[in-house]
Amino acid sequence: MALSRDDVLKVGALSRIRLTDEEVQRFAGQLSSILDYVDKLNELETGGVEPLAHALPIHNVLRDDQPRPSLDPQKAVGGAPESADAFFRVPRVIDDTSSA
Amino acid sequence: MATIDLTACQMRDALRARDLSAAEAAQACLDAIDRLNPKVKAFLSTDPDGARRRAAQIDARLDAGDDVGLLAGVPVAVKDNMCTDDGQPTTCASRILENWRAPYNAHVVERLLEEGAVIVGKTNLDEFAMGSSTENSGFEPTRNPWDLDRVPGGSSGGSAAAVAARTTPIALGSDTGGSIRQPAALCGVVGLKPTYGRVSRYGLVAFASSLDQIGPFGRTVEDAALLLEATAGHDPRDSTSVAQAVPDYLATLDRPVAPLRIGLPREFFGEGLEPEVERILRDALAVYERLGAELVDIDLPHSTDYAIATYYIVATSEASSNLARYDGVHYGRRSRDHADMIDMYMRSREEGFGDEVKRRIMLGTYALSAGYYDAYYKKALQVRRLIRRDFDEAFETVDCIMGPTSPTAAFRMGEKTADPLTMYLSDVYTASANLAAIAGISVPCGFTQAGLPVGLQILSGVFTEERLLRIARMYERETDWARRAPPVCEETP
Repeated sequence: MALSRDDVLKVGALSRIRLTDEEVQRFAGQLSSILDYVDKLNELETGGVEPLAHALPIHNVLRDDQPRPSLDPQKAVGGAPESADAFFRVPRVIDDTSSA
Repeated sequence: MATIDLTACQMRDALRARDLSAAEAAQACLDAIDRLNPKVKAFLSTDPDGARRRAAQIDARLDAGDDVGLLAGVPVAVKDNMCTDDGQPTTCASRILENWRAPYNAHVVERLLEEGAVIVGKTNLDEFAMGSSTENSGFEPTRNPWDLDRVPGGSSGGSAAAVAARTTPIALGSDTGGSIRQPAALCGVVGLKPTYGRVSRYGLVAFASSLDQIGPFGRTVEDAALLLEATAGHDPRDSTSVAQAVPDYLATLDRPVAPLRIGLPREFFGEGLEPEVERILRDALAVYERLGAELVDIDLPHSTDYAIATYYIVATSEASSNLARYDGVHYGRRSRDHADMIDMYMRSREEGFGDEVKRRIMLGTYALSAGYYDAYYKKALQVRRLIRRDFDEAFETVDCIMGPTSPTAAFRMGEKTADPLTMYLSDVYTASANLAAIAGISVPCGFTQAGLPVGLQILSGVFTEERLLRIARMYERETDWARRAPPVCEETP
């Protein structure tokens, strides 16, 4: 299956990865050849085969909902590129020039 | 015998007898790292002061007659995708986590410390464990100690090379599609991928959550057993870790398995397997025959090409979700210039991730995207069940399965970097074990004419590590591959 330039740009946007023109071209070829290889799976008849997402018979693992100490918030944000007190700082998300 | 030539079990005995101090053991490794790491580049970071401090504490406790644990004073290295709260960075060999320090220890790191181990450093890997040669490291590639122009395999190439070069007796790696077994084979050491759920993944940076498993490297089967015993077990913080008692692997290790029926999958000895590697393997199988084992041809019809195709859909789909957390907000790196929030995400990820990580995130995103989910992801999960069924049927008639770990010995640096698919086929014999959740080990079984190690892969059913280790040990007792040191160890500085 050949991926077009637009396909790669679309999947790049879904993946939140910015791509240069050179990368779009290179990844289009590489991803297409990987998908061609994966198409081998269509040689196999899998009608009625139950998908296997997880190979051990583990189902929901529950515990009592009891309060207990957790990671210190200061420590949790300590590795962030920008933080303030116990919060992550991000660029402005709400545009305040477009008032209702 | 120099301290660095001792195995972990020999060090442990010498430490308990007080013939060796933990401080001496740690210093011997730190000196070997200083001497060899500039050539091999197995470590991304080391912790000399922390290791010395800790070794002194262990020595004091040993002197006082305390029971310090299974690994009392034994040096160990940890792959740099496991969190350590010791001041060393946890980078996953990615620029996006450069200088990031974890706020807690992984479960396996806690276990190492509880058992008295001394962590000397953190080892290189393909970025986020995505690769088969350690050339995808965001920092620098690791070299194979047997030939510095060749790759150590991957993704746990740093741990495998560190053990092969005798800079640490044992090390932890992680295996998602072969990332412990394949570098173990290429570096001539023992590497074990436990059953999915045997070892807690808490604090292992997630790549593909239904496949990832932590496991040991050592120069001998006994050392792999020791490190597995120290790290295995249930942990409520990883809901996929299984509440099943950990056997005393060392206690039974020297009991041969008899009768022993070994399955040889026709698919593992077909096209693509280098003739020299096959000859060496056949010699290893003859050793088992001489020991009384019965060799039986079996079929695993979905376990080579189809397993690779399945693996690269399942693993990349899970990775695309797991790696969404690297967004320039929560960890590590944020791009300096950006127009808005989305642009900040996209530039941070562009700058922080290497090509292979970008390819896999995009492939997984594509496989999960509207209109393609059934054709790729669901189809792959159906084939995954067929792979599991093949193994279930095989293990009804054989005790274990043997074959090559890798189709070739170590390849040259740069040989497979241009075409991702060629690199993916390095995992052709290993990926199916992860998809089926079963246990596997790679054991050194000889050398090519060029002096490169070859690995024998042994696979066995879920939670049969005790028997798997005994089977591997049967062969090891008959051979002396583990005693050979790579040329780089002999060179004067």
